[in-house]
Amino acid sequence: MLLHRLLPIVLAAMMLAPLPATAREFILMQSTTSTQNSGLFDHLLPIFSQKTGIDVRVVAVGTGQAIRNAQNGDGDILFVHSRPSEEKFVADGYGLSRQDVMYNDFVIVGPADDPAGIAGLTDVTAALSEIATARAIFASRGDDSGTHKAELRLWSAAETDPFIGLGSWYRETGSGMGATLNIAVGMGAYALTDRATWIAFGNKRDHRIVVEGDPRLFNQYGIIVVNPEKHSAVKADLAQQFVDWVVSEDGQQAIAAYKVEGQQLFFPNAQ
Amino acid sequence: MSLVAGWDQALSEIVLLSLQVTLSAVFVSCLIGLPLGAMVGAFRFPGRRPAILIMNVLMGLPPVVVGLMVYLMLSASGPMGVLGLLYTPTAMIIAQTVLVTPIVAALSRQVVEDLHQEYSEQFTSMGVGPLQRIMALLWDARFSLLTVVLAGFGRAVAEVGAVMIVGGNINHVTRVMTTAIALETSKGDLELALALGLVLLLIALLVNLVVMTVRGTAARASYA
Repeated sequence: MLLHRLLPIVLAAMMLAPLPATAREFILMQSTTSTQNSGLFDHLLPIFSQKTGIDVRVVAVGTGQAIRNAQNGDGDILFVHSRPSEEKFVADGYGLSRQDVMYNDFVIVGPADDPAGIAGLTDVTAALSEIATARAIFASRGDDSGTHKAELRLWSAAETDPFIGLGSWYRETGSGMGATLNIAVGMGAYALTDRATWIAFGNKRDHRIVVEGDPRLFNQYGIIVVNPEKHSAVKADLAQQFVDWVVSEDGQQAIAAYKVEGQQLFFPNAQ
Repeated sequence: MSLVAGWDQALSEIVLLSLQVTLSAVFVSCLIGLPLGAMVGAFRFPGRRPAILIMNVLMGLPPVVVGLMVYLMLSASGPMGVLGLLYTPTAMIIAQTVLVTPIVAALSRQVVEDLHQEYSEQFTSMGVGPLQRIMALLWDARFSLLTVVLAGFGRAVAEVGAVMIVGGNINHVTRVMTTAIALETSKGDLELALALGLVLLLIALLVNLVVMTVRGTAARASYA
């Protein structure tokens, strides 16, 4: 009896649950916060969708989490920036093949009074050593993201162990790039960030770029179609269409055309 | 502040989705939580005290943990992956339902239990069956239970941890008020983030006003 009365209500609740807005085809991309927060995707993806009728849905998380999500089959494409992890992803059979798409670079940003005295250095390892010697506050992502992994590689290239300063001058935020920059600005700390996120970041106050231009600060983005043999729901054909477009002359030009405040944020370099 | 004054299509899309997800979740939570709370409140059975304890503890479920659990269930490599619900509004409704149901159940249990102490002798003398008891208690407690529902709504509309993980904050698909606020904060656009926060508060105010008006009108009608 009760069930009969409840049934219409349950059905009404189901109706409330929104259906997919359109029957348009879509692919799911696991990507990183820098590409989303810089506004690149808002510029790039509509061009592709208009051309092909395929929508691209982006989940923007740290590179580490993006890779784990893609390993679980929760995505058709992986578009991140940590080459060693990407190559492992393909080698382990989770992805079909990896292609270079574009690059930008990392920079170290810091407060205007520059307590470690590193402004203008072009040797990033020297700059990190100075930060450690001066025990100047450094805000690390600490979240297994592409930027975090790059930061750890740079510390070890500087032959400096930042973890001895853990909890005092070396502070792990465990957050995304934007949240970490907010914290760095708030604490007057140095931080490693990709240039695109920094240029598009709206809460710089008196923080500025202090170290840039070292070839070791190169930041390569790669794209991988998730292997449909691991997860049958992966839309490998549609995903391949996106990859083919983004590495084509057309897609590469669209990336180069994206500018914030007159500055180009990403530099296409597909083979 | 001009950002909020310039109410555009993108913002209304986000607001509508927020309401749709949260109201659906609160609705389903009430379907489960109210009868459950009423039964535990009105009846004596073995294991009742542990049941109450569990309901009360689950009120403190961290949204991120709920998000993670629902993600693992709905992930393509999880037990319900074939349904393809991950990164859809439905996944967000499921996660918020898990969050809100314990609140509705635990609070309505207390409300119904208090009322039941008043009614139980009458019920016994009139020989009222269990189902009718539950219905009568829920009906007579309806105005107090509205506050319970509002508590559930408040929890659901404000949380970001669960919907961020299972929804993915996908533009035009699963972006709601709270995930939009988190995104704008991470872009360093603190003014816009704060403005969106004010809009969210306004929505909560509107929902509460509607409920208060309905309650006021209904209460006057029932005493007239």
